[in-house]
Amino acid sequence: MHIDDTIAAISTPAGHGGIGIVRLSGRDSVKIADRIFRSPKKKKVKETPSQRILYGHIVNPSTGEIIDEALISVMKAPNTYTKEDIVEINCHGGAISLRRILELVLSKGARPARPGEFTQRAFLNGRIDLAQAEAVLDVVNSLTVQSQKTAVQQLRGRLSGKIEAIRDEIMELAAFIEAYIDFQEEDIESLALGDMKKRALNIKKSLEKLIESSRYGLILREGLRTAIIGRPNVGKSSLLNALLENDRAIVTEIPGTTRDVIEDYLNIQGLPIKIMDTAGIRDVEDIAEKEGVKRSLESMEDADMVLLILDGSEVLHETDRELIKKSACQNTILVINKSDLPQKIKFAVTDLPPPPVNGKKEDFHIVKISAKKETGLDKLKNKIAETAAGSRTAHGTDTVTNIRHVHALEKTLVSINSFISEVTNNTPPEFLSVELREALDATGEILGLTSPDDILNKIFSNFCIGK
Amino acid sequence: MKQNRDYDIIVIGAGHAGCEAALAAARMGLSAAVFTMSLDSIGRMSCNPAIGGLAKSHLVKEIDALGGEMAKITDKAGIQFKILNKSKGPAVRATRVQADRALYSKYMRQALEAEAGLDIKQEIVEKILIDKNRGCGITTQECSYRAKAVIIATGTFLNGLIHIGPESSPAGRAGEPPSVNLSKSLSGLGFKIGRLKTGTPPRLDKQSIDFSVMDIQDGDAPPPPMSLFTKEITNPQLPCYITHTNERTHKIILDNLKYSPLYSGRIRGIGPRYCPSIEDKIVRFRDKPGHQVFLEPEGLDSDEYYANGISTSLPQEVQIKMVRSIRGLENAIINKPGYAIEYDFVYPTQLKPALETKLIQGLFLAGQINGTSGYEEAAAQGLIAGINAALKLKKKKPFILGRDEAYIGVLIDDLVTKGTKEPYRMFTSRAEYRLLLRQDNADLRLMEKGFNLGLINKTQFNALTEKKAAIEAEMKRIKATRVKPQIINPVLRKLGAAPVREDATLYQLLKRPEIKYANIAEVSSSGSGISQDIINQVEIRTKYKGYVRRQAELAEKFKKIEEKAIPECFIYKGIHGLSKEIIEKLEEVRPLNLGQAGRIPGVTPAAMSLLMIAVARQGHSKKGTKGQRHRGTE
Repeated sequence: MHIDDTIAAISTPAGHGGIGIVRLSGRDSVKIADRIFRSPKKKKVKETPSQRILYGHIVNPSTGEIIDEALISVMKAPNTYTKEDIVEINCHGGAISLRRILELVLSKGARPARPGEFTQRAFLNGRIDLAQAEAVLDVVNSLTVQSQKTAVQQLRGRLSGKIEAIRDEIMELAAFIEAYIDFQEEDIESLALGDMKKRALNIKKSLEKLIESSRYGLILREGLRTAIIGRPNVGKSSLLNALLENDRAIVTEIPGTTRDVIEDYLNIQGLPIKIMDTAGIRDVEDIAEKEGVKRSLESMEDADMVLLILDGSEVLHETDRELIKKSACQNTILVINKSDLPQKIKFAVTDLPPPPVNGKKEDFHIVKISAKKETGLDKLKNKIAETAAGSRTAHGTDTVTNIRHVHALEKTLVSINSFISEVTNNTPPEFLSVELREALDATGEILGLTSPDDILNKIFSNFCIGK
Repeated sequence: MKQNRDYDIIVIGAGHAGCEAALAAARMGLSAAVFTMSLDSIGRMSCNPAIGGLAKSHLVKEIDALGGEMAKITDKAGIQFKILNKSKGPAVRATRVQADRALYSKYMRQALEAEAGLDIKQEIVEKILIDKNRGCGITTQECSYRAKAVIIATGTFLNGLIHIGPESSPAGRAGEPPSVNLSKSLSGLGFKIGRLKTGTPPRLDKQSIDFSVMDIQDGDAPPPPMSLFTKEITNPQLPCYITHTNERTHKIILDNLKYSPLYSGRIRGIGPRYCPSIEDKIVRFRDKPGHQVFLEPEGLDSDEYYANGISTSLPQEVQIKMVRSIRGLENAIINKPGYAIEYDFVYPTQLKPALETKLIQGLFLAGQINGTSGYEEAAAQGLIAGINAALKLKKKKPFILGRDEAYIGVLIDDLVTKGTKEPYRMFTSRAEYRLLLRQDNADLRLMEKGFNLGLINKTQFNALTEKKAAIEAEMKRIKATRVKPQIINPVLRKLGAAPVREDATLYQLLKRPEIKYANIAEVSSSGSGISQDIINQVEIRTKYKGYVRRQAELAEKFKKIEEKAIPECFIYKGIHGLSKEIIEKLEEVRPLNLGQAGRIPGVTPAAMSLLMIAVARQGHSKKGTKGQRHRGTE
């Protein structure tokens, strides 16, 4: 636990709108901001007086990649909300850039803020008076309860199971090293340096795999899996073509061995969208309705987002209603096609599923387009970007915990990497142990702290100690 | 009942904790008395005849730097000295000493007797006297004594029960009576008492052992002393011997397991996992074909060897069969059988970090009574209890070492914050800042504190100041001294190291793993004679700078939270969002600060957020009345 480090969080409500703020508070806020901010006039946050705004870009300093255009608000201690240096990065690239900026500041030394932590600091630093303290407690408490719920959900999830397995492996390695240090006269099994390295390399591999496959990483790398569904002849194929046509410059086609595995990618506002089963979409136009629905349902199963196409020029079919119902628990956009024709489509209250969690009725995403005339496509793309961002933020603090997980895993990886290079250097065991403990501490941010007792328990259960 | 003279501080028990406590109290200028059941058992090593070892020599050297006695006596009684973990880094090197049991006891008794202001009493203490929740004396079987503070250091004597096979008998150690009434007195005062178990192996007759078939383990030559203040070890040095149990031994044990009180369910107390009985080792690790047995000499004039590694409570006739199945012990005669002992201990979370009980002012507990095991752990607590009893009478702030300052700090913080379920032993892995807490820098870390307490004299302190200055001067010199490639490259070539192309400082050269101080001294010596001790410090500071600095930074952060005091009268009940279990734990431990609160098992980071706010809020509301007075325990 630390009390004077620098914390960061996305401080605008998740999943709404394209504009957002990443807020930093603490000793190194200004330093961190300067490392990732480039102003056209070469202005530095450090030299900027308090209460000013700078214009420029957020850049990943190690790759030079521009992540977003941004306005930086600079507020210097002590006249700020937390009484610490605060930097707010206002950007407008939507939720994905917000996340990337947050990850960037985390990689430059900030720590993800706990629920209510900005307010907590404001109070601890004497910014908020006694009367407000009760309210702070309430906020922290309720946010904590909420995030604990999320944490519990995540713990049940596959990710945490995997992190736990990795932590066990690190602990096993730590137990070998600690036993080798503290019980040097016992004739216990010891691990050759080569074996330690081998184990560490395995841990490294699992960590890298996990980081890559974390939902966020996967989406950036492989695209948001999107299913375009609907009964035959509603215009799935023409919509796909229109989107592809429209974005020719950013379409990639990965040829496969058969037509079935051909996949198309769209880039919508910097977000890679992977259209699933495009071959199927093109094929199904002339098949039986029943078969079409079956294929739609199948492709929906693995999707992150669903575009359900309805024909605006017809009244709702029973099949449409069924698809609406089936897709209700996913991130679904109802795309009403053929807006160029006379409209006959009407929804009864019972046709639409209940609105998403905490949302209002109008949050249910409906977009009218004409694939043929290419109208409404921009609106659809906006909706797709918005829904994609919301797909990971609709469930309370899900995004935050995910970012924390990835951040913690990356920290773990850094320590494991230094462990590997130190083992190669023949560094004495007590220094190797420092790296492993840091790795364990990092996983502890997800799974709870590892205490020396945990390592001792492992030693006593693995080795026969007892001179 | 006869009323006897008054003392400032009374110490009950003259084992490793009691002796250090009594000496510290007396040396800090208070009148003190130490009570023992038998003058012959002062400073007795009731388990193996060795002091130190991993993490334990760290404790002993810290005691030494703070002006305690253990290291000095160890050097006088030592008959084998060995540095462990020589091939590893400096932070986990340790000194282990085989000590002559009789000499240790003799020299410790002499040290007590030599201390003006310290009386030694051979009487059995029956009861602690309390006046208005304050310890005010004791009664023994003969008479009563008044005191302003009482330190209990009774080891395994509280309600001790020895098991050998199916038989058990009340005892404090083999052949010594237990202390039954004192335990009753403590539970009568409201202390929560638990039960632990430990064991010893059989002692063998030297003449009956065939050492010729065993591996010999010699000490280091010259013997490295434990104490900073020892110039030279003068005792003759003896080796240890190593042999192994075998399949036959294991079969004998397994066949007779039903007679072991451990497995028949007669023993309730929890034993240490790091020091299991041979029965335990064989049951838990059935696949292991043999276990090491270390034969350690009991002393120069003793005819006894301590069979370390086969601690047991099997019946005596089984012990004989088992021992005689071991190579080299075919004709061994058991002088004293091994036994298991159960004893009462006081749950240490009932103590403040000063080792004073929360329940009764002026009553301090130290040593095995707090659930620890080991002479070194006991002595460390004894010293701290003695110091704090004295400080209390002088109306001064208690002396509390941080986890970043000393193993002693780790030990006591663990005990009073987490408590213990098994006999607690120190390991280096318990110390978060292990790289900072080395045995080589115990004096640099702690001696000034010892001096400020009045336990280190002016001459000793001056020597420390000189040493610090010498280290700084040499660091400065090697950073400032540049050598030319043509001078240093021949040396590097000899070592098989990569040559340099430009001038390099001695410091840059010494940073390389393959280069030792001696190598740079070859091309540029410090001129004046520089001691090995200073060379070590310079090497460590140069070679491990990165890691040491990393830990130092962590320690800095740690200290910041440790400085956030929680008022002693803080009310945990009613803090919004804290679960009942967490409130109960906080109320039990009553942490001094937020750092300690966070280490209590079960206190989550979320709970800490809430606690932080609540502490600040209660602080705000009290401003102007009592304010921020709270820093120590008082």
